[in-house]
Amino acid sequence: MLEKTVVGIIISAIAFGTVYTLTPVLIKVLSKRNLVVKDYNRVGGAMVPRPGGPSILAGILASELTLYAFFPSVEVLAIIITTSIAFLVGLADDRKVLGGWFKPLALAGSAIPIILLGAYFPPHLEFPLFGYVKIPELYLALIIIIVSITGNTINSIDVLNGVASGFMTIASFALTISLFIVHNYDIALASLPLGLVSLAFYKYHKFPSKIFPGDSGALTLGAMYGTISIVGHVEIIAAVALLPAVINSFLFLSSVKRIIEHRQIKANPVAHTEDFKLMAATDKYAPITLVRLILAHGPMTEKEVGFVIFRLALFSAILAIITSFMMGIKI
Amino acid sequence: MKDTPIFAYIFLMWILIIAGGSLLVTIIAPISITGFSAMYDHLLDSGIKALIAILLVVVWIFIMSKIKNWIFHKQIRH
Repeated sequence: MLEKTVVGIIISAIAFGTVYTLTPVLIKVLSKRNLVVKDYNRVGGAMVPRPGGPSILAGILASELTLYAFFPSVEVLAIIITTSIAFLVGLADDRKVLGGWFKPLALAGSAIPIILLGAYFPPHLEFPLFGYVKIPELYLALIIIIVSITGNTINSIDVLNGVASGFMTIASFALTISLFIVHNYDIALASLPLGLVSLAFYKYHKFPSKIFPGDSGALTLGAMYGTISIVGHVEIIAAVALLPAVINSFLFLSSVKRIIEHRQIKANPVAHTEDFKLMAATDKYAPITLVRLILAHGPMTEKEVGFVIFRLALFSAILAIITSFMMGIKI
Repeated sequence: MKDTPIFAYIFLMWILIIAGGSLLVTIIAPISITGFSAMYDHLLDSGIKALIAILLVVVWIFIMSKIKNWIFHKQIRH
């Protein structure tokens, strides 16, 4: 146990340190190459470098490979491969805007290594209070769906400065704590870098953003989260911690009624007041999103909306931790 | 608090997840199809369970959609 604690400290330091030191370098490189996008919510529309995915992936790979060197396992290998493929999918979308169906399908493909490596065994779906169900064939489909959903869900919440990385920090730490509670120490160790990478990136992504994660960053974080939930057998707990982002996707899909890229929306769900606060759009064709619901009571600054989302994330994190305690109780 | 409806919605989603899980584990999982050949029994068993699970997800989405309209009625109209 002492050895695992030491390795935990080492990989945590590597994950945080890599992103913390690499991101400023990446900001300079991206700015120099003019790989910048307009921040429409900022007065004057500042140009912000994008994507931050490469530094996020570097942090994840450096820490997970170190963990693999100490404790080789197919689960860690599955995390490394699936997350790397999700990064490539995101990078392709960062370079060239691809269709609405591209990301869900490509992310589904990125989950295949989990199946090929057999990192999901046993194929059980564990529920709180009532035990588990054995679903050998169905579970394979579930693996594909989970990685696709978590990746796209995190990507869809990446709408304001700092929200995706801040939200992931809270959800990932809730997942790590839950893994410890259900006594899955090996995967808890493997999940530590996700929270620390998100936290280090938040330093540069928070309002006012110095860098955007882009699709490569958001999909990397989301796919890693999904993979950990599968190899750690905490799918339900992970879903609970992700509920505010799930609500955002659900509201969006139920109002546009089809899968489209957020760049393809005809009416923006959020508008600006004269003093550049955010307000809910009045256009009846604008989709309903979590941010639009938060703004329904009146205009707020971008930072204030971000903090409301973090409060919702904290609430879901608490529910997730309660759920993990409920896993130990059987009726 | 202005954001209470969203917190309430998250809480209801959580309750529905646990309720759905109880249904799956206690009622649907124990269903067993027999009487055909061993291979067909297994295939039918998995197929029917998968179908019920998909149906449950559709019902879950339907309920969440109704609750959404009920909780956020004011906001959506706004």
